[in-house]
Formats: sequence, C-alpha cells, structure tokens
Amino acid sequence: MSATEIQSPRSGQIGGKPESGKIAPKYRRNGSSRGNFEMLAWLFMRLSGVVLVVLIFGHLIVNLLVGEGIHAIDFGFVAGKWADPFWQFWDLAMLWLAMLHGTNGVRTIINDYAEKDSTRFWLKMVLYAASAVIIILGTLVIFTFNPCPVVDGVQLPGGFCPA
Amino acid sequence: MPTKPAGTLYRGREGMWSWVGHRITGVVIFFFLLVHVLDTSLVRVSPEAYTAVIGAYKNPLMALGETGLVAAIVFHAFNGLRIIAVDFWKKGAKYQRQMLWVVLGLWVVTMVAFAIRHLSLALGGH
Repeated sequence: MSATEIQSPRSGQIGGKPESGKIAPKYRRNGSSRGNFEMLAWLFMRLSGVVLVVLIFGHLIVNLLVGEGIHAIDFGFVAGKWADPFWQFWDLAMLWLAMLHGTNGVRTIINDYAEKDSTRFWLKMVLYAASAVIIILGTLVIFTFNPCPVVDGVQLPGGFCPA
Repeated sequence: MPTKPAGTLYRGREGMWSWVGHRITGVVIFFFLLVHVLDTSLVRVSPEAYTAVIGAYKNPLMALGETGLVAAIVFHAFNGLRIIAVDFWKKGAKYQRQMLWVVLGLWVVTMVAFAIRHLSLALGGH
C-alpha cells in the first residue's frame, strides 16, 4: 500500500487486510460509556417493526373490517376479546412493542432537532415519563380487567356478569 | 460563474421525501397511541365510561379521521419494510427508488380497499 493511498475507514489498521470489517481506531465513534446501545436501538426498530406490521394489521382487521366493524366495539367487545389469553398476549405485545418503537422514534427526533443540551434532556425526560406511565397503565389494565365490575356489592351497568 | 448545484442522490428526491413522510406519520401514530391506551383503559373505570367514550369514535367526522390514521399507519408499515430492505438486502440501496413506488402503489390499493369497507360500515345506516 503506497503512502499516498487514501485509507478507507473500514480497512483496519495501516497495512491491514482491506475489507476486514474492522474500523480503524480513529474512526470509531462509540465512546466506551455508550457501548453499542445505538446499534441495538437501530436493530430493535427493524425487528419490532416487522412484528408490529403483523400485530397492528391483525388488530385493524379484527376490530374495524370484520362483521359490523367499528359499530361492534363496546365494553362487551373488549370483554369478549380479553376473555381469551391469545388476545391478551396479542394486545400486550402490541402495547409494549409499539410504545418502545414509538418512544425510540421520538427520542431520535428530539436528538435531531433540540439543539440545547438542557432542552434535549428535559424533552426526553418528559417522553420517558409519559411512555412509562402508558406502558404500566396499559399492562395493568390488560391483566386486571374484570368483565363484571362490582362496586360496593352492586354490579355496574353494562358489565358482563354471569347470570 | 457559479452554477446551480447539480441534483444530489438524496436531497429533494425520493429518499428524502420518504424519510420526511416516515417521520411525520410516526409522530402522528405515536400521539394517537398515547390517547388510544388511555381511552381503552376506561374499561377499568366502568363499562359505561368506556362505551360512552368509544362512542365518540363512531361519527362521520371521526370515520374520516380513522381513515387518515390508518393511511398513516399503512404508509409507515410499508415504508418501514422498504427501509429494512434497504438496510439488509444486498441490492436494497440500488432499488430504493423503485421500492418507494411499490410502497406507494400498495398503499393506494390498501387504502382504497380499507376506505370502502370502513366508510361504508361507519357511515352506513345504524
């Protein structure tokens, strides 16, 4: 390799085998503290994205396109779905994957557009707090759902109570 | 004499506009998702509270809103699969432009079918 030849960032150390895939030290961007979090986030967006296409298209077809469509949706419709662990798991997976996918997307947007360090920090704190509340709330609702709610010994109207 | 810069591979072209579309639809979907988890959570308050609030989704204006939301979701889904192809398929970057037209074609077909079904159900007699 002649001295004037321009070295590609991925050609490894000088004199190294080209296309070795190793990144020359001066081109490495990830500081030791961040580890490969950003790479894992990038990979998560692709993996969760594929799964979400299936989960959300299924959700839309079952809730909006089958039978009476949106007119069928009421308390009884939700009760009927969540009586089945299959739909509980479906909705739980959709909740977690969509919220993490969306939160990471908005995190990227905040990093892109908020230039002041403190603005970026606080916007992300608000984002993370809102996401945590929604994920925890949604998870609790799916698992503590009661098709026949009773308050002070009286059944609430509209519930699905055994006769 | 300065000349107008030649076009680039990315700026102002399919690559950039698909990125803009992906961002905007992503943010719209995220904010709807926050609201949607909250409205669904009303099943935990009382059957009547849930049925009352979900009833707000069942009017003609909301039917158009739902169609717009689904249009955002379907674009984000198909374009997301295109991004995955660009990243992981050997020829993905070479064919990213053609794949965007495939995405838009499938998006139109899907949305025509969805709109016919959803709007006839939502606006139909009930």
